[in-house]
Amino acid sequence: MTTLIDPPAPVPAAEPPGAPLLTLAGVGKRFGNQVTALEGLDMEVRRGEFLSLLGPSGCGKSTALRLIAGLAEPTSGHIAFNGERAGKASSTHPSVGFVFQEPTLMPWASVFGNVHLPLKLAGTSRREAEPAIMEALELVGLDGFRDAYPRELSGGMKMRVSIARALVTKPRLLLMDEPFAALDEITRFKLNNDLLDVWRQLNCTIVFVTHSVFESVYLSTRILVFRARPGRVAAELEIDPAQPRDEAFRTSPEYAALCRQTSTALAAAMNAG
Amino acid sequence: MLAPATHRLETSPLRWLLPLAVLGLVVLGWDLVVRLNDLPPYILPGPLRVLDTLIADRSVLLGSLMVTLRTTLVALALAAVGGAALALLFASARIVEFSLFPIAIILQVTPLIAIAPLMLIYLSTDAAVLTCAWIVAFFPILSNTTLGLNSVDANLRDLFRLSGASRLQTLRLLQLPTALPYFLGGLRIAGGLALVGAVVGEIAAGSAGQGSGLAFRIVESAYRLNIPRMFAALLLISLAGILIYAGLSLVSWLLLRRWHESALGRGN
Repeated sequence: MTTLIDPPAPVPAAEPPGAPLLTLAGVGKRFGNQVTALEGLDMEVRRGEFLSLLGPSGCGKSTALRLIAGLAEPTSGHIAFNGERAGKASSTHPSVGFVFQEPTLMPWASVFGNVHLPLKLAGTSRREAEPAIMEALELVGLDGFRDAYPRELSGGMKMRVSIARALVTKPRLLLMDEPFAALDEITRFKLNNDLLDVWRQLNCTIVFVTHSVFESVYLSTRILVFRARPGRVAAELEIDPAQPRDEAFRTSPEYAALCRQTSTALAAAMNAG
Repeated sequence: MLAPATHRLETSPLRWLLPLAVLGLVVLGWDLVVRLNDLPPYILPGPLRVLDTLIADRSVLLGSLMVTLRTTLVALALAAVGGAALALLFASARIVEFSLFPIAIILQVTPLIAIAPLMLIYLSTDAAVLTCAWIVAFFPILSNTTLGLNSVDANLRDLFRLSGASRLQTLRLLQLPTALPYFLGGLRIAGGLALVGAVVGEIAAGSAGQGSGLAFRIVESAYRLNIPRMFAALLLISLAGILIYAGLSLVSWLLLRRWHESALGRGN
């Protein structure tokens, strides 16, 4: 039980923040013989960073996320975690949380039941899991809704439940596939801020797929711009992690300048493809 | 705005009074036709006459109702268990689905009334009637449950994979709950069809059978030109159908009311 409520394992001295958590080397993914989603993708995810994968639709950024999660196997190249080659899904994977574009909740289960799911599948009973579940719900501000059913929640609240479910196993790596794309702007801004809070509190690594320049600049410490056909990294931008991310930042000239720079990189990537 | 108007209708007593009034008018019209034309009961009995017959012949008719109801419910239970079990088998191995589904379809599209006489040759009357009711009730449950088991949300399936769920866990926690509303929909259709199957079986068995179900009473009354009793038996068959449908709807509502769209009030 204690392992569930412990904070995530402190970063060992040998692996400082910024050390690579996983590396993709020459990764390609083909669907059938026709569609090449990714080709020669080289990238790394660094410990503790907030990495955004930015690109137009169909550039393979979601495919890259699924490969990292182990939901699909690369057709060429390899993915290594901490220098160790990854084998088949889940067994050798470090703990990974995944948030889909849709909330993807089970309509027949309460908020509590939905967040319990990953622990339940790992064999943890309701009672044993309760502290971890309530902690995850508190993180996303939904502890008052534990007995509600998904249909009773708004779109933003459903997405919060989805995030709580991804966090309940205390993953070292949180993968998010355009999680806020379907939400209205006001809700998205709120969730952006809350997600940054969660990231700071949990000290985890986040890989965030988006097609919004503004969202990626606001959230990330690093942005990889993807180009399409075949998908690969076209540009990389770093954003000072020390920069506070708040409403002042959202309206600052620095933010505007970073957005312009990112937009230019994105436009260049799209013209190249 | 349509919603407020619909909402008002859903909650107002008119929701119940209107259909009852229409039904009452139909019965009144029936009564008037009989009275004004002075029709004899062996051509068309009036509603009161039918009611009288129902009360006078209640011991025979209620006994028959019980026979038909029991056949229907046993067939429905067997169809529910068999249909769901086969659907699970289909879901676990596509090759079984490819091999067996055509046979299920052949069984479904061949008119039952054409199969019934064959059943009566090879099986005892009771078993033949039960088989008739089972055949027609089986298919909607099988096809609906199969559809439900194949309707699992792809992202949820991925989530289960990511969490290292076993096949049994995926079945129990993901596929079965997803399939439940579909299964219950199939069950409601099957309830009505099982009654049809039982009636068809009884009619095919006809006077040859010792069966004493409601349909048998109808055939028997027809031979005796006891038209009021035919109507009374018909009324009981309708009531049995309504009862089965209402019962299954209640089961469905009880199981789905917390989460499924079909069981939710529209007003909120």
